[in-house]
Amino acid sequence: MVVFIIRRTLMMIPVLLGATILCFVLVDVSNDPVQDRVFEIEQSTGEPVPQTTIDALEASWYYDRSVPERYWIWLTGFGDTNDDIGLIQGLWGPSIEGTAMPIGDEISSRFWITLRLVLFATIASIGIAILAGVVSAVKQYSRTDYTLTFLGFLFLAMPIFWLGSLFKEGAVQLNKILGSTIFQTYGSGTTGFQGNGWQVFTDSLPFLIVPTLVLMLGGYAAISRYQRASMLEVMNSDYVRLARAKGVRNATVMRRHALRTALVPVATFAPLALSGAMGGAMVTESIFGWRGLGVYSLDAINAGDTFAVMAYVLISGIVVLIGVLISDILYGVLDPRIRFE
Amino acid sequence: MSNTAASNRLESEALTSKERGQWEMVLRRFFRHRAAVVSMVVFVIVVLFAYVGPFLWTWDYKIHSEIPSWASPSMDHPFGTDKAGRDMLGAMMQATKQSLNVALVVAVGSTVIGALYGAIAGFYRGWVDSILMRFLDIMFVIPFLVITGALAGAIDTSVRWYHMAIILAIFGWTSIARAVRAEVLSLREKEFIEAARSAGGSDWHIIVKHLIPNTMSVIIVSATLQIAFAILSETTLSFLGLGIQSPDTSLGLLIDAAGASAFNEHWYLFYIPGVMIILIALTINFIGDGLRDAMDPRQAMVRR
Repeated sequence: MVVFIIRRTLMMIPVLLGATILCFVLVDVSNDPVQDRVFEIEQSTGEPVPQTTIDALEASWYYDRSVPERYWIWLTGFGDTNDDIGLIQGLWGPSIEGTAMPIGDEISSRFWITLRLVLFATIASIGIAILAGVVSAVKQYSRTDYTLTFLGFLFLAMPIFWLGSLFKEGAVQLNKILGSTIFQTYGSGTTGFQGNGWQVFTDSLPFLIVPTLVLMLGGYAAISRYQRASMLEVMNSDYVRLARAKGVRNATVMRRHALRTALVPVATFAPLALSGAMGGAMVTESIFGWRGLGVYSLDAINAGDTFAVMAYVLISGIVVLIGVLISDILYGVLDPRIRFE
Repeated sequence: MSNTAASNRLESEALTSKERGQWEMVLRRFFRHRAAVVSMVVFVIVVLFAYVGPFLWTWDYKIHSEIPSWASPSMDHPFGTDKAGRDMLGAMMQATKQSLNVALVVAVGSTVIGALYGAIAGFYRGWVDSILMRFLDIMFVIPFLVITGALAGAIDTSVRWYHMAIILAIFGWTSIARAVRAEVLSLREKEFIEAARSAGGSDWHIIVKHLIPNTMSVIIVSATLQIAFAILSETTLSFLGLGIQSPDTSLGLLIDAAGASAFNEHWYLFYIPGVMIILIALTINFIGDGLRDAMDPRQAMVRR
């Protein structure tokens, strides 16, 4: 098991390298922050920018190198640098927002905000998907089944940004009616991550409810369809019929015999749900005014801040790959025939 | 003697039952799927609304000084008008058209890329397959909204619908490639592929003329679902300001412009484009579901 995890972790490295190379080239080639900044300065001062300033900008953002060289420096930090770049040395590279907002600090303060939201939403969506799928399958072709199936299709078709805007305004209205602030609809918390875990949790709970609900509803539908299908397949299988024939109680058959097997295919969807939630977090964060990673990446894209975009790509890649790893481990737990070799 | 009996039986059968082709069967099965047929009708209406509507309606999507600002829905302006004085019915037609343009081009483009990619990976297997599949893993890890947004955001001139379509197609084909590969892996062992090969068919001939046509059911279903995926991605990017930009319009832009009006007097600005997105994606999903059941009863998501 440990060997399996270590080997899978090592296999992540080439995938992450490939992903970062591809992203780096695409983002880097399609942006020219130096030119943008020069244009900005020209606009504000009304004078042509001296060559020395341009050279200084290029040098500080490493735009005086070629793209492969820039990637190499970003990854390793080996060579002629200003000691602010080199991923394997723990340096994220210069942000074009200047030294006031170093990428490393921004990311470490925002990471937990986003991860908390994404994890809550993923777990909630998988939970509700299993519930809805199982209920639908057990009550096949009943009114409940049709209602749940239709709701699934509806949420599958609903864009997260629309649902998010709707729920946000809905929560504002509810607050008005109730004269309370049960639902906070702007920001991610009042204190940040101060105090112990419980204090952080109770402080952020009112801020979390609505965005988590939005992400959950945006992500559960696809999984619940598969849960329903796999549950139905299992319920019609011989060994479940045998268990029934033996006289095992219905609840036990469902829980022990049917559900456990029916969960296996759904484990494949956990990483998909996670990467979906990471994407959805960009949207919900910008709607609910969170200062999380998703919004950070949006700002970075708008500014053409290559190193900041790369930081997001790397982190979201790692989160997704860890999700894949967990789902592989879950596979083994749920299906004893699968052995980790 | 028995021979004549058999031929007699065949003749009498020919009187009562007509031979049905594969596509006829597919169509018959599809038309039995009620939700899919209703969805098909609704989707055709939406398409007509977007492409024919602008020729019939008085106002286009641009701002006109004669149009009052923030008029509620009425006979003159069935979907109301926005702050700047745009007729929302005209704007909706244009927005739906642009979103559908993107979606249809993405569906075709990403399906072609994905089907070829998956067929090549599945046909050659071995090291070609492993390299192609590792590349799919890489594509899976890259955050879709970030990379498409970064490319769309980098376009200097104002982003048009075909920019969005190309960008989304380039990054949206991975699911089709996986589905087609899985199908080709089993198909390539069948006798007819062996026959084609022994008749001297080249690899390319076998892939394009034998493997891909036999995965058509998977491809058509994926392509249909790709329309819903493309609509949702395009509107999301436009909403985030990384997609189609004004003066052109898109369903995502209209919702972004509606802002926080879901519960105030300008509610129609928010709900109408939202319902349109849901309507398109919902009907497409039902049509895809119906097609899946019709084309490949084995793969049906257990129904009936």
